Amino acid sequence: MKFLSRFYIAIIFLILYAPILVVVLFSFNESGNLSSFSGFSLYWYKDLFRNSEAITALKNSLFLAVTSSLLATVIGTLAASSIAHSKNKFYKKTMKTVSNIPMMNPDIVTGVSMMLLFVGVATILGISDSLGMWTMLLAHTTFNLPYVILSVLPKFNQMDKHLIEAALDLGCTPTQTFFKVELPCILPGIVSGLMMGFTLSLDDFVISHFVSSPDFKTLPLYIYNQTAHEVKFSMYALCTLMIVAILILLIAVNVANNKKDRRKPAKALRGGGAR
Amino acid sequence: MKHRSLFYKFAGSPYLVWSIMFIIAPLIFVVYFAFTDRNGSFTLENITSLSSYSETFVMSLGFSLIATTICLLIGYPLAYCMSRTSERTRNILVVLLMLPMWISLLIRTYSLMALLDNGGLVSTFLTKLGFQKLTFIGTDAAVILGMIYDFLPYMVLPIYTSLTKLDKRYLEAASDLGCNGVQVLGKVILPLTVPGIISGVTMVFVPSISTFYISQKLGGGSFDLIGDTIERQFQNSVTYHTGAAISLVMMILILISLAIMNKFSDNEGDMIV
Repeated sequence: MKFLSRFYIAIIFLILYAPILVVVLFSFNESGNLSSFSGFSLYWYKDLFRNSEAITALKNSLFLAVTSSLLATVIGTLAASSIAHSKNKFYKKTMKTVSNIPMMNPDIVTGVSMMLLFVGVATILGISDSLGMWTMLLAHTTFNLPYVILSVLPKFNQMDKHLIEAALDLGCTPTQTFFKVELPCILPGIVSGLMMGFTLSLDDFVISHFVSSPDFKTLPLYIYNQTAHEVKFSMYALCTLMIVAILILLIAVNVANNKKDRRKPAKALRGGGAR
Repeated sequence: MKHRSLFYKFAGSPYLVWSIMFIIAPLIFVVYFAFTDRNGSFTLENITSLSSYSETFVMSLGFSLIATTICLLIGYPLAYCMSRTSERTRNILVVLLMLPMWISLLIRTYSLMALLDNGGLVSTFLTKLGFQKLTFIGTDAAVILGMIYDFLPYMVLPIYTSLTKLDKRYLEAASDLGCNGVQVLGKVILPLTVPGIISGVTMVFVPSISTFYISQKLGGGSFDLIGDTIERQFQNSVTYHTGAAISLVMMILILISLAIMNKFSDNEGDMIV
């Protein structure tokens, strides 16, 4: 039984990873041919870096991911603080329902609806080509926001409300209370919201596809254009680089989390003593 | 304290304004475009013209239902097997499962195409074994396989989470009270993991019914799912109104099916992700 279960896990993971491994392997293939591996070469990587369009797309992607996730984190954290501290049930429910809309809707509907908004408003204002960097930034911030709220809100709810009162009683100004008591409590939520927004924005293709213009392309849009007609081996090289980057990021996050877990018992003890 | 409560009252307003402008308003624009013609006057023509797309709707629904079912049939046992391994193995397996979720869908679909393409590894291998040259890209099976391959991790992860949260004492109690293995599975484990199943089904069904990249790549350009149809309408401003109508209908269909599915999940407020 145990053997069977291990075998099943191995088979499924093998199938899950086979195509990815093929791409990584053949990005080093000397010939631009998928049927056989003729020899190791870095030709396709050189080909990729000679291509300024890919580099521009990478820069655009990073710029968009950083700005949209920062913007979403600021607005989302403020919103979460307001939702957590509000006593108005209707307000809380409305805010949560509204944040659910972009998460429930398929990406294609979100993309289409934002495109219609931008095109519609532009027609009213008499602007001819409205789509570009700004519409991308607005769209990315919008789909990042619910994820930021979702990761910050629980931290506010878990926080001991008496801590704030204690800080105020002990002579902190409200600003000091925020920076010395509240912010450290909710910081893990803010960080994970920020990272989630960053990766979502970096990864997004469908929504970007609808609200972008040809002169501001992100990496996924570039890949989409390049893979539209034929198989290009420099795309394999690009995919490999992206997979490696993600792998490093994921391992780093995991190592950081493990370290934190190991420190947790000590922290909990201290917290208990203070209370 | 007064300052604080005033601050919290206004802290939500940027988001409130933002969501009205960029979440609510876009949906109003979809409705507006769906019910108007090119001159901006009211019409039902866009909605009535959808009957010509009924075949596409049925096919998309069929494809995504098949893909979701197969994902569940493969994913549930996988999640179960994973949850029974030692903690160390489990953590590694979860990372391995999450890695594909972080890799762009474009890359994964493209790599699957590289594997299955005519002249790709699989077909070369099969020809060498003496099989006839078979074309895989462009068939129904290829598109469904693409959906399964791309979205399987999204099915496994929520089920796995609800399986690990399961209180082991229930299982012991059930076998003590005379259930055999199959009965424990059917009467205890399955019912208790329904929220995970619902969450997984949603996370596979919604993206597969609305996809257009998978059908473009693995369908070899000959496939028209709802996603492709919508995407095509938005390449030319003349057909925006039809596109809006199709999007509206699809959105309503998905919201209805999500509402039905949530009825099954015992009204548990929070989603398991």
